[in-house]
Amino acid sequence: MADFGKIARRTFLIGSVAVAGGVAFGYYAINRPHKNPLADDLEEDEATFNPWVKITPEKIILITPHADVGQGVVSMQAALIAEELNLEFGQFETSFGEPSPAYYNTALASAAAPYMSTDKSAPAEMTRALMGSLFKLLGAQVTGGSSSAPDTFEKLRYAGAVARETLKKAASREYKTPVRDLTTRSGAVILPDGRTISYQSLAASAAKTRPANNVTLRPPSEWRLIGKSMQRMDIVSKSTGAIAYGIDLDVPDMVHAAIKLNPRQGGELLSYNASTAESMRGVHKIVPVTNGVAVIADNTWRAFKAADAIKAEWGAAPYPADMDEHWDTLSRSFTDDFLNNKWRDDGNAEKALEDGADIETEYRAPYVAHAPLEPISAIVRVSDNAAEVWTGTQLPRFVQVNVAKIVGCNPTDVILHNQYSGGSFGHRLEDEVVKRATEIAKTVPGVPVKLTYSREEDFIHDFPRQIAIGRARGAVKDGKVDTVDIQIAMPSVIDSQFSRQAMSAPPGPDDQIAAGAWNLPYDIPNFRMRAYKSPELAPISSWRSVGASSNGFFADCALDELIHAGGGDPLEERIRLTSDKVARNVLEVAGEMSNWGSSMPSEHGRGVAFVRSFGVPCAEVIEVENTPTGVKIHKVYAVADVGRIIDPINFENHVQGAVVWALGHAMNCEITYADGKAQQNNYHQHEGMRLYQCPEIIVRGLENAEDIRGIGEPPVPPAAPALANAIFAATGKRLREMPFNKHIKFV
Amino acid sequence: MQFIVNGESLSADVEDDMPLLWVLRDELGVKGLKYGCGIARCGACTVHIDGLAVRSCSIKAKHAADKTITTIEGLSSDGALHVVQEAWIEKQVAQCGYCQAGQIMTAASFLLINPTPSDDDIDQAMSANLCRCGTYPRIRAAIKLAASKLQKA
Repeated sequence: MADFGKIARRTFLIGSVAVAGGVAFGYYAINRPHKNPLADDLEEDEATFNPWVKITPEKIILITPHADVGQGVVSMQAALIAEELNLEFGQFETSFGEPSPAYYNTALASAAAPYMSTDKSAPAEMTRALMGSLFKLLGAQVTGGSSSAPDTFEKLRYAGAVARETLKKAASREYKTPVRDLTTRSGAVILPDGRTISYQSLAASAAKTRPANNVTLRPPSEWRLIGKSMQRMDIVSKSTGAIAYGIDLDVPDMVHAAIKLNPRQGGELLSYNASTAESMRGVHKIVPVTNGVAVIADNTWRAFKAADAIKAEWGAAPYPADMDEHWDTLSRSFTDDFLNNKWRDDGNAEKALEDGADIETEYRAPYVAHAPLEPISAIVRVSDNAAEVWTGTQLPRFVQVNVAKIVGCNPTDVILHNQYSGGSFGHRLEDEVVKRATEIAKTVPGVPVKLTYSREEDFIHDFPRQIAIGRARGAVKDGKVDTVDIQIAMPSVIDSQFSRQAMSAPPGPDDQIAAGAWNLPYDIPNFRMRAYKSPELAPISSWRSVGASSNGFFADCALDELIHAGGGDPLEERIRLTSDKVARNVLEVAGEMSNWGSSMPSEHGRGVAFVRSFGVPCAEVIEVENTPTGVKIHKVYAVADVGRIIDPINFENHVQGAVVWALGHAMNCEITYADGKAQQNNYHQHEGMRLYQCPEIIVRGLENAEDIRGIGEPPVPPAAPALANAIFAATGKRLREMPFNKHIKFV
Repeated sequence: MQFIVNGESLSADVEDDMPLLWVLRDELGVKGLKYGCGIARCGACTVHIDGLAVRSCSIKAKHAADKTITTIEGLSSDGALHVVQEAWIEKQVAQCGYCQAGQIMTAASFLLINPTPSDDDIDQAMSANLCRCGTYPRIRAAIKLAASKLQKA
């Protein structure tokens, strides 16, 4: 049973040549390959070996279906194929491809199963395999959850290998040479006499060749690309201004649109008066949309201005109008009625705390916006029973379905051109902008409409990170951590996200309510973790690292407080509690790198935190100084073990970016609601980190873990607790509520 | 109104108060500069006017008319890269890249004024440009590299 997942992946891959699909029922049928999406538009002399490689006489195109929101996943996907196919960067183009069920995300599906990622037991593996089937059935071509590396690491290399061996078979037939005498190098098959036959020239005959299905992957010792720093394919165009993001696109005869939505998320439009807006320069049309009004104009700015001039009466928010009620709702959710799952119950925490606790604390994490720098936009053209869409999205298949519903056509008649995005952090796992653009475009059939959200609309109609409260009690015995009892209450991110896709969340407990808290690798004699799902509040969404972004802060800070209560050393005690070798090593390396224990000047302090999220153990040590004008963050040492690092430079970039992301928001960001409206609508009220505040960030990646994991999110959760713990070390002040600038000043 | 953009004289029929950002992007088709916040808090729209870095979202069309405007597309000439762009590529600064045109335009202008900046100078000069991906450590390194390239040139 332990190899079940591997077998399923291989079956999928090797069967992934053009095979007619059909409706699938039951497990065996679900496991059959999806139809090859590239076969439909092939010319006669083109060959497609699988959905990831397309070779024509003119060029080689590698299909990289995971959305690139800045994480460099186009280059990573291409490198994995090119490694086995023996291609060099520069010899191929890439394309996001057509959305297709064949690109379902195996890794995200297996992470959705509520077992500890290190748990290889039969029930855990079986549940993962079934979740994989569920996702495959949905055809969920989703980018997220730090899943791109684990999802693609094996299957894209297989794709490259199958293509390579099939090209060799074609060359073998054409040049009457046994396959065993052929090799490949730099985009060509090499004959024994040294002649090189380019892949392109073999395209036509390879199309008539039965794909090789018995391929082996190269051992790591033979890798040319994987594990070595590469220059990202988009790095030059992103340094010259040549790259076009979704917001930059022009389509012939396109008009511009802006929107004014009920600032109370999901509240109705009661009435509006657009008489001023209608007569403004450049305005073509004013159209009501779901929960708001849109302006069609000849220029983005004119559309923004006209939208501002519309007067509207708005309905009430479908959630508590004021922030106090949001917090009170969470506070009231720590009861058995709301208990979603008891995730961990080692020893007997109840009994151990009967005689009182050494610490009893409460922590809070606020709503936080995604606010990637590129405001969301979409171009949609609606025509008879079809639509064409240009946008940057992490869930292209859902976009097709949602557009189709509004247009009244088949999802397959929605052509989607996915685009590079100027950041996401979870923002582009939502597609409301496309739905609204489609509603607008439907009123002007045949005309492409580009809807651009103003920064303000983007902020107040973001679906922010969840708010959450964590409560902890704990006890020490002989100076050692003996009992930890953690309770966390939050609304369900998954429920909220699925509701906007008109779907019910999968059955079973919501693991994000507990992520980053229940799965700590500590052998604490009495360790209980209970998760409470509060009633729904403001609509929320996945925010870089999701549940762990709040829970890691709660759980690690509680542990730190307990270690201090027992007089222990924060790092030594964490190491002592960890028998998991991989996790323990991460902590030890963090200690070595930061020279933990060495003396520090007065007013300086050092804090450590450890969180495991998305299967990745990550430790961070932060050094701060309590200056007369505020806290200065000097250094961050970050260590993570992802099993295998595909590109060391991109790995470092991800970790540094995640640390800046986490610290910036922990320092000074929150979204609050008053009268049902988000009170922050631009960066002056939700700033994040500025360059002058950025510490030196020293990164180490380890490769001891058994499975390959993604690095986009795991360095986020430990940063806030490491900062709080460092501030305590420097100032003696415990920060239990984000953002920290409510309680302390930063410089 | 006439605008001299990257050495070319272009005309646009726009309102006096249309921000230069939208004149360039929507009317003249120059897209390297980006819309990020519209209130001069992020720097993604940074261009040079008469050699100085400015936020094009907060410059009215009438104040930019007839001025010499340089965008990221016009930073280098003859197909060569500007030294700051070279450094940005060498240090692989960009992640999503959306802020980087503005970062590069700010850095290029800053290095003209201060070719041998200290760490503090860099912090001061670059802190009005927001990067949500957190590429700040690499921005610092790239500016230092560009400064050293300028010294050798």
